[in-house]
Formats: sequence, structure tokens, C-alpha cells
Amino acid sequence: MEEILTKYKTTRLEDVKVWFKAASVNAFPKDGGACVKYKDLQIAVFNFIRLNKWYATQNLSPEKNEMVLSRGMIGDHNGVPKVACPLHKKTFSLETGENLNGNLTAIATYPVKIEDDTVFIGFEE
Amino acid sequence: MKKVVIIGNGMVGYKFCEKFVVSEKFTDYKLIVFGEEPRRAYDRVHLSEFYDGKTAEDLSMSSANWYKDNNIDLHTSEMITEINRENKTVANHRGDTYTYDYLVLATGSSAFVPPIQGVDKEGVFVYRTIEDLEATEAYAKKLKAQGKTEAAVLGGGLLGLEAANAVKNLGLNAHVVEFAPRLMPRQLDKGASDMLQAKIEDLGLKVHLSKQTQFLQGEKSIEGLQYVDDTELKVDMLVVSAGIRPRDEVAKECGLEVGTRGGIIVNQKMQTSDENIYAIGECALLNKMIYGLVAPGYDMAEVAVQQITGGNAEMPESIDMSTQLKLIGTEVASFGDALNEAKEVIDEITYENKRKGIYKKINVSKDGKKLLGGILIGDSSDYNSLFQIYINGIKLPEEPEDLILGSRGGDGGGLLGNVMDLPDDAQICSCESVTKGQICGAIENGEATDVAGVIGCTKAGTGCGGCKPMVTDLTNATLKSLGIEIKDGVCEHFELSRQDLYKIIQVKGYTKFDEVLDNHGNGGHGCELCKPLIASLMATINADTANKEYAIQDSNDRFLANIQRNGTYSVVPRVPGGEITPDKLIALGEIAKKYDLYTKVTGGVRIDLFGATLNQLPLIWKDLINNGFESGHAYGKSLRTVKTCVGSTWCRYGMDESVSFGIELENRYRGIRAPHKIKGGVSGCIRECAEARGKDFGLIAVEGGWNLYVGGNGGATPRHAELFAEQIDNETVIKYLDRYLMFYMRTAKPLQRTAAWQERLEGGLDYLKEVIIDDKLGIAMDLENEMKTLVNKFECEWTQAINDPEIMKRFNHFVNSDEEDDNIVFVPMREQKMPEPWK
Repeated sequence: MEEILTKYKTTRLEDVKVWFKAASVNAFPKDGGACVKYKDLQIAVFNFIRLNKWYATQNLSPEKNEMVLSRGMIGDHNGVPKVACPLHKKTFSLETGENLNGNLTAIATYPVKIEDDTVFIGFEE
Repeated sequence: MKKVVIIGNGMVGYKFCEKFVVSEKFTDYKLIVFGEEPRRAYDRVHLSEFYDGKTAEDLSMSSANWYKDNNIDLHTSEMITEINRENKTVANHRGDTYTYDYLVLATGSSAFVPPIQGVDKEGVFVYRTIEDLEATEAYAKKLKAQGKTEAAVLGGGLLGLEAANAVKNLGLNAHVVEFAPRLMPRQLDKGASDMLQAKIEDLGLKVHLSKQTQFLQGEKSIEGLQYVDDTELKVDMLVVSAGIRPRDEVAKECGLEVGTRGGIIVNQKMQTSDENIYAIGECALLNKMIYGLVAPGYDMAEVAVQQITGGNAEMPESIDMSTQLKLIGTEVASFGDALNEAKEVIDEITYENKRKGIYKKINVSKDGKKLLGGILIGDSSDYNSLFQIYINGIKLPEEPEDLILGSRGGDGGGLLGNVMDLPDDAQICSCESVTKGQICGAIENGEATDVAGVIGCTKAGTGCGGCKPMVTDLTNATLKSLGIEIKDGVCEHFELSRQDLYKIIQVKGYTKFDEVLDNHGNGGHGCELCKPLIASLMATINADTANKEYAIQDSNDRFLANIQRNGTYSVVPRVPGGEITPDKLIALGEIAKKYDLYTKVTGGVRIDLFGATLNQLPLIWKDLINNGFESGHAYGKSLRTVKTCVGSTWCRYGMDESVSFGIELENRYRGIRAPHKIKGGVSGCIRECAEARGKDFGLIAVEGGWNLYVGGNGGATPRHAELFAEQIDNETVIKYLDRYLMFYMRTAKPLQRTAAWQERLEGGLDYLKEVIIDDKLGIAMDLENEMKTLVNKFECEWTQAINDPEIMKRFNHFVNSDEEDDNIVFVPMREQKMPEPWK
């Protein structure tokens, strides 16, 4: 299982080499998340309408290593946009990936851009 | 950079690291930790919870990455076998050496096994580590398979009683064998021991006092205990819990001074006879004592950290050994000089209530001014207050007996009066050494704004948890003193309570979460607390299903199924009243087979189908609907089941047709959204085969109609439902239930079940009867009408989902691929499948 976790590494905007075309904007729920497959990775993508922002993180919950984060509810804690894992409500910052209510490892985050109503996710490779 | 090597990764060894990390000088040091167990430090105090289903990971003191994140090298499964003081190096069992500037021994203790002939026989265990527990559990299983059931625990001390309870939970008959004439001889007097004995014998454990074991019977494996007095006890297993012995082998070998009965001798700075080597926790002999409690161990860790980093903290000459615990469901606490070991002239005040199993004793100084110590059995709710009075030397009331008798008459206010009257240096949390000043300070300086915040920044309450009520009181009192209102708001986004939000949504007619948030929220964006709550309110008020605005629904409501351990789902179709035709039964089996689902009859006697992947859900529902099933709402905060007995159609005792009425009620309330799940029960006679009084609403057929009970609860806090009305007909039952449920749905707090709601209702059951039966508030018709709307607008959510392509999109695992989640692994179990266990 540990090796699965290491497949997900936070990618900074300036390090993006590949913009992966994920799906149409309409494929994603409003103020919610859905999962995108990229190679052997599962990426949770969130359309945060209230902030007019998109976020992408690993779909893997680091608590129990299950592919569920995209099914979590989003919201904010003291202004920090977050997602709550549907298993035990562990919450993670959508900006930094940090676990906001515990001391789990941070989840990996990825840049997102929208062009022509299409969602693109940025990867280093 | 100086190197600190720590030998031992138990609770105290971990606490040492934790305290070091927050030291200002931490960056000048490098910590290297060696633990001989295969896992990271875990909470040994709560070890018995391992048998209650907690995993080693749950009990772990830190997250997996904590050591790495703090740049601490942790070596597990590695035993240090040699210390070279001259070269300042340690070596492990493989001969690898490591240098140190400071060495900290936190090697703890091992279980003491008395030298009784035969203790090496098969079936003899100790109770110390997770591995010990696993071995005991495996052996107990083997015994049970052979029809053997008797197990003894040697030692009636604290740990022995814990072990006995654990053995009982493994399904064996547990015998506690104690050498002394009383239980917990180091903490309890005869009266307290008698009361404790009576309580635990009630729970099915057997106690044998004043028994000295001569040898263990049996050939290869243990078959019994032979006592010195020529009697015997036939048992198939023995768990030895006769005390602890400090682990001082490696210290002894390198020439450090140790006590005659073991233990590494340390001074008040926790230094051993070598000034560069410290010893902390249960391996250290301080004040000629080994302290077998975690709180002094934590204090020692703090002193050692301070000493190494140049501070001058020291351990006191006398250390408080007060302790409070919940033992086998019985509260036990002792504090101060409970047994009058100082042999002073004192007044001993005792209160005993055999019927309730309560024993309380306090020792008071002759002049009646000081509390010296005490014991509480059966009810330790006053422990915190008494402990504060004792430890802070607070003046006693005129009649010191009031402390344990409670103020008779009057309003029965707390013993301490106001918690805020405590001195600032009063220690509230003794596990983490947190004072009242630190707790109040955290709020006053803005670090925390609520109880969770206080716990987060002070760590108070994170040890044994016994001080939590007082932490809450102090937090609320401080907030109040600062003029801050104590909110019953649902979360950080709403300062309104659930009840207020209900009224607002009803009056304003909101149908979207954002409308409520924008008009009544505090500017944030909502969260996992307020979103599903408002979703539930809007479902109730607007008679909607959970499909309307699905992104604000809890995961289960969003996907209309129960998310299980590995991210797959379970599906429970409704089987009203539990009545099912053979055709439907066959259909369930066939559908389960078709999708390779694990099947089980649920606790609520329905049939649960497990292991469905997200994309399988609509397919399964379609098959179920085609066979006449509908959504069971097993995922929602909604009506689950109305359990029924066989009823008068078949049963020879039946007074009334419980099945028909159960089906009618279940169909009436299916799909409604509530603050929590609701269950019902209908029994056809007073034999109560439907266990209706354990439900939120329950009916029992009697001569002349139904007796209606309300507010029962199974689960973690079981409670019998209370008799609400007698001998009423079907129509009246429905009228009262409509009103009762709607009143609950309108006024309860989030996630509050009917039992808790009813208990906290001002005026209690009488008030409830006035509202529901006598219509004192004049709202009965409104309540009935609201319920009628919900009943009439019922729609099956599964049917909605499979008929709506927009909703169907929700159930693909990926939005850009038809593939399934390849991360899910099942393993076989009892001819079915289960998720791969969590690591």
C-alpha cells in the first residue's frame, strides 16, 4: 500500500509539463467532487463554485488508503477550502493538502485550468 | 548538534520525544529512538480496548509519519543490548553501534511472573503487549473450539481486573485469583473491595481471595491451580498479572546503580549514576519507588527534556498516585492517602449503598479542614471535584460528609461551587500536567475559542480523559466571563441552532443551501456539518428526497447506499415489518449472486448486500425495483425498520396483528428525514418478541388496544422507551406518532436521537404528553399536517435515480473512463468475500 501513496506528489504550477485534458466542466458536480483517471493515477477534482475555483488532489485517503476523497463533501474551515473524507470525516486543505483535523500526511494537490469549458489537470510527467 | 539516544518506545519514551520536539532548543539536537516492539509507541493504558475492536493503529500515540516529519530516527524491532559508557555508544542485537551525547533509558517494565512451579506450561500468558493479547486471543479461540471455557487471572490488582474483563470478553469464564484478602490491595480498603467484588461478580466474574497458588496442574498444558490450602481451581488457561518488574538489565550490565529489588536509581533530575544517562518511566527508581502510572512517567519525561536542554526542572519528593478508571463498567477511583498509610489521626467518613453498589470513603484531618484522601466505587462522578479539593488544599464545607453525600435538599450544586474559584495553578489534567491557568489562558489570549480548541492547544484531556467535564466547565465559564456567548450554533458557518434554522427555512421557503448560507451564514462556504443538516431540514420541510441538491448530502445520501470500509457500498432494500414473500427472498439471493455480493441479515432483521462498487449501484437497484423492492433508506438519517413479532395471525399468544400494523407504520414513515435514524417496533403481546421498548417508538398489544412507548434506544447508550399512552386504538397511535415524530424532527439537536432529546426536554415526559396528547401548545394540527405532507409525497429515491440520466452520472467511478476502481481488493471469508483488512 505504501507504494501507492508515493505515486502521488504535489505538483506546483511552475513545474507542470503536461496539461491532461480530463473532461467537460459539466461532468463535475457543482460544489462537489468527481474522480478523473490519468495513467494509473486517480485524481479527485472539485468544482468549488462559491469560490469560483477548481481544485485537484489525489483520490486516495491517506487515513486508510481507500480511493474515496472525490466523494467527500467540500467546504471551508476558517476560510481554508477543504474536503472531508467520506469514511471518517478527516478534512484536508484543498490549497495545500494538509490534514486540518489530525496529523495525517498531507495529500498531493495538482494545478487545474479551465479552457473552453474543459477541465485540464497539470502533471510533472 | 548533540545526539540524544532513547532506548524504549513506550508511552513515556514517546512522550519524551513529543516534549523534546516542542522545546525551543530542539533544533540543536538529533533524537534517535530504539523500540524492541515491531510497532510505534501505543497507548498501553487502553490496551484492553484492543479486544473491543480497536486496532494497533487506533491505539498508536502518533501518526505514521510523525517521527519522520520531526526528523527523529525511529528504529522498531531493534533491541539495544549493550551500553558503552566510556565511548558513549550503544549497540543493538546485531552489533550495530550508535554514539550518543545523552542517553535516555525508557525501557519500562515487564510483567512479573512469580516463580510458581509450572508457569512454563502451555496456556499461561501475561498481559502486557499487543502480541500478548493476540496470543491470548488465539489460545482462547482454540479452547472454545474444544469446548473448554475456564480461565483464571492471577492477580486482583488494577491490571489483573482489566485482564479478567478481557478474558471474559473473549467468551471464557473468568476467575480472579488474589493472594491478598482484598481486591486492588494497594488502593482499596476492605469495604471498597467488598463492594467492587459484588459488582464484578454481578457481571459474571468469579473472585477468589486469600488464595496462594502452590503449583500449576497439568501435563503439557495447564489444567488447574493447586492452592497451598489444599483446594484447587480447574482452569484451561491462566493470565498472569501479578505486578511489574522494571527492565534494568542493560543498565545493570553497564554498571549503572540499580535498587536491590530492581529499578535504575535516579535523582530528582532523573539522572542515573552516570550524569549523561537518564532513566524515566517504569524502569526508574525514584524516591525509592517504581511509579506504575502514566502521569508520573510523563512528568519524568518533561524533567529529563528540561535537564538535557539546560533547564533546571526537578521531580518532587512526593508524587501523587491518585487514579480514576472505569473498570469492567464499574467506576473506581482513589486519591491521596486513601488507606491512611501515614497513620495520622483522622476522621474517616464512609457512605455505602449496597442496592446501588456505591461505596465512598474520605479521610479528613481531625480539625475538619483538610481532605487527605479517599476512595470511590460505583460512582466516581465527584472524583474531579474531590481531587481538586485534595490537591489544592481547599477548605472543606462545615459538614465534610456533604462531600460524598451530596447536599441534601437545596439545588445540589457542584461540590466545588464554581470551578472558576480554583487557584490558577490547580492541576486539572494530571496526565498532561495542565493547570486551570493554562486552560483559561488559552481562551483569554485568543488561542482557543471552544473546548476542542482548548484540548488542541493544551493537550488537556488527551490522556485518560477523566478531566474533560472540568475542562468543558472551565472553557464555558471563561468564555462567559469574557462576555462571549456560548454558542449552540451548528458549526463555524452558522451561529444559529438547528431549531432556529428549521424555522427560518420554513418561513422563508428556502430550497437551496446557498440561499440559507448567504442570508444567514457568517460569510464562509459551509462544511460537512452544516451542509447535510440543512439538506435534511429542507427535505423535511419541502417533502423532498435526498436527490435534489446532492452535493450537500452526506456521502451515504449522495450515493443512496452505505459506504463501507473499502469504499464499496452496501444496499438494503426495504422489507416493511420484516414480512417477505418466498419470491422476493429468492430474488434477493439471485441478485446477490449476480453481482457477487456478500449477504447478511442486518441487526434490524433486513437483508444487507455488501461489496457493490459505485457503478454497480444503479444496476442492482434496477433489479431490486423490478422485483418489487424499494429503497430501504438504510443510508439516511431516516426511518430504518419497524420490527415486528409474528403477531396474532400465527402466534398462539398474540393479542393483536402486529405484522399488519408494523407494515402500515413502516410504510407511513419511510423516507422521512430526521435529526438521526429512527426505529420502531410492534409486539403482539407483552412477551415483547419485537423488543419494541428498545426502539424510538414501540407498541405492545394489550387487552383493549396498544400501549405506546417512546424514546427507546439500542446502540451505545441503551435506554428503554417510556410508557406514553395506554390501550389506544390504531388511529390514535398514528395520530400520536405523527405528532411525536414531527415535534422531534422540528426541535431536536443535530444527530440527537429521540432518547437523548426526550431526556433533555424541559419538563420531561409529562411535558411531552401535554404537547402531544393535550395539545397544550396548540400545534398538534400543524404537526399532523406536516407529517401528512411528508407521507403523501413519498418517492423512492432509487427509482428516481435510475430514471434520471443526470442522477445516473453520479455513479461512475471516473468521469473520463468507464473503468472501475482497481484499488479495491476482496479476500475470501466463510464462503463469501470481505474487504482486505486495513493495514
